[in-house]
Amino acid sequence: MTKPAVELAGVTKRFGDDVVAVKGVDLTVNDGEFFSLLGPSGCGKTTTLRMIAGFEFPTEGSVRVHGAEMGLKPPNQRPINTVFQSYALFPHMTVAENVAFGLHMKKVEKSDVQRRVSRVLDQVQLSKRADARPSQLSGGMQQRVALARALVNEPEVLLLDEPLGALDLKLRQAMQVELKDLQGRVGITFIYVTHDQQEALTMSDRIGVMNEGSLLQVGRSEEIYERPTSRFVADFIGDINLIDVTMNGSNSARLSSGIEIGVPGGGEQAGNQVTLALRPERLALYDLDEAIPAGHNRVKARVTRRLYYGDVYFYDVDAGIGTEIEVKEENRPGVELYDVGEEAYLVWNPEAANVVLS
Amino acid sequence: MTAPPLAAEPETTAPITPELERAAIKAESRRGFLISLPAFIYLALLFVVPLLLVFVYSFATRDATGLTVLDDWNLESYKRLFTEIVLEIFVRSLLLAVVTTAICLLFSYPFAYYIATRSPGLRNILLIFVMIPFWSNFLVRTYAWRVILGSEGPISQISLALGGEPIRLLFTNTAVLIGLVYGFLPFMVLPLYAALERMDWRLVEAARDLYADGWTSFRKVTLPLSMPGVVAGSILVFIPSLGAYVTPAILGGAKTTLLGDYIVSQFLAARNWPFGSALSFAVMFVMLLATIFYFRAGAKTL
Repeated sequence: MTKPAVELAGVTKRFGDDVVAVKGVDLTVNDGEFFSLLGPSGCGKTTTLRMIAGFEFPTEGSVRVHGAEMGLKPPNQRPINTVFQSYALFPHMTVAENVAFGLHMKKVEKSDVQRRVSRVLDQVQLSKRADARPSQLSGGMQQRVALARALVNEPEVLLLDEPLGALDLKLRQAMQVELKDLQGRVGITFIYVTHDQQEALTMSDRIGVMNEGSLLQVGRSEEIYERPTSRFVADFIGDINLIDVTMNGSNSARLSSGIEIGVPGGGEQAGNQVTLALRPERLALYDLDEAIPAGHNRVKARVTRRLYYGDVYFYDVDAGIGTEIEVKEENRPGVELYDVGEEAYLVWNPEAANVVLS
Repeated sequence: MTAPPLAAEPETTAPITPELERAAIKAESRRGFLISLPAFIYLALLFVVPLLLVFVYSFATRDATGLTVLDDWNLESYKRLFTEIVLEIFVRSLLLAVVTTAICLLFSYPFAYYIATRSPGLRNILLIFVMIPFWSNFLVRTYAWRVILGSEGPISQISLALGGEPIRLLFTNTAVLIGLVYGFLPFMVLPLYAALERMDWRLVEAARDLYADGWTSFRKVTLPLSMPGVVAGSILVFIPSLGAYVTPAILGGAKTTLLGDYIVSQFLAARNWPFGSALSFAVMFVMLLATIFYFRAGAKTL
């Protein structure tokens, strides 16, 4: 079995005396994996990436690449390349010169450089712009040059720091697919930093969610989305209702309105205050006289707002627990609509909820 | 009370036609010209007119008493430029200017780089240090060098204390060089700082990421991108060095005449205004050529 592409062990980064950018991160990224570091700005994900690249050194801890300890090695001695957020293309060089830079530095033979540069430019469909300056290219093209400039070196690990952040939505979505395909083709380990949860969910094999310097949860996209282990992760990824309840028994809890509901069993003690995380699409509205599926929770609520999104309807409902609850209903043919002020039952399967730490 | 409008403009709220739009654009450009008029007049009266006078004088004749005769136009003064003594002075001045520029560049680049990479607060303090010398008179500062470089000065004293010979630097070319470098250093530091401060350091990170070591990434990225600063600083140092008068006059020796000194002596001691004028024009021509050449060379690396 091959060694993990990147291993971080107890990595902490302090700036000065009071700023702790990264707190004791342990992380293993497998070989050939598309791994995303996801979190809000300032969560330490970029600092983590910079420590892997060698632009920053950890205050404590160890960074290994395919088993080799990186220590205080400068970036030029690491088998890693980076695609920068701002692309950082050399403005005084042509596209081809930009792409050839790394190969020249590695003293690759001239004819070989030419062959590899033209091949990678072909891959990113920029062969025709080889002699252009970066400033003459659109944002999307610059992005592809940055990608080509890194990939041409065939690094063991490719780091990407919000590479699609500056692109508009359509182009970003197209590039997401392209990047994911590309990663599959070249088989290089990608570590992808983003604050866009949708991007992380669609592209990654696994995701690590960071907040305030700590790595909170690592898992496949589905695990992160369906089974968040903390309030932060639940709240950060996608839309979610966070409902404070008091445990009543191992499988039941009481809402603040006093109504008893079923919750997934998780060993929480009766009397404990916990937070229930419920995705809006796991909730449904039923008429007051309609039959509900067996074993489902049923709470009476009043519709306070209805928003039309085209493919879905979003409802805000008041179930008498202080906070409004969001419900997402698919816009199927014949879907029953509820008007503002109308009463309905809020229905969900107890197993669809997650008990997270408050 | 309301102030009257700057220019009588036809104010209208009627729908705009191409004629109206053109009139508005014209009025705007006229305002711009009016604002810059004081500078235009100043330059015309005190720079262009005297320059033309010098140009006219360079073709005039000097009579036996040393007066300039404004007829009998000829090229004698220009022919004299190619005599051995003039060429020798010219080559010496050129060499001194080139060496001064080179030393300034060599000293200033690391310093400007250091300032540009400090925290914003520290940067300002360091820049103030660069500018502090400007707060005292240039002449006074140059005379201070007389004391430092003289045979009784600290440099000589240190040499003596270490058991060496007394060092007499004053009135040598070295003294002039030291004085020029001292005087023009800030003119090199500031444009270099401006260029380096604008520098996108992520480009250097990109170079390091692409396997360039520190020196190579400097050579391939930082230096080419700071070329505008190198060009601007070099021109700002080279041109005044070539025509320097005060520093050589105070620190230089009688045996080492330089262009500035030589031109002054033509106007005063020798009373040969036509030749002095021709010399001035020749120096300006060389400066122009050097500037164009340098700009071209600088532009090429970008």
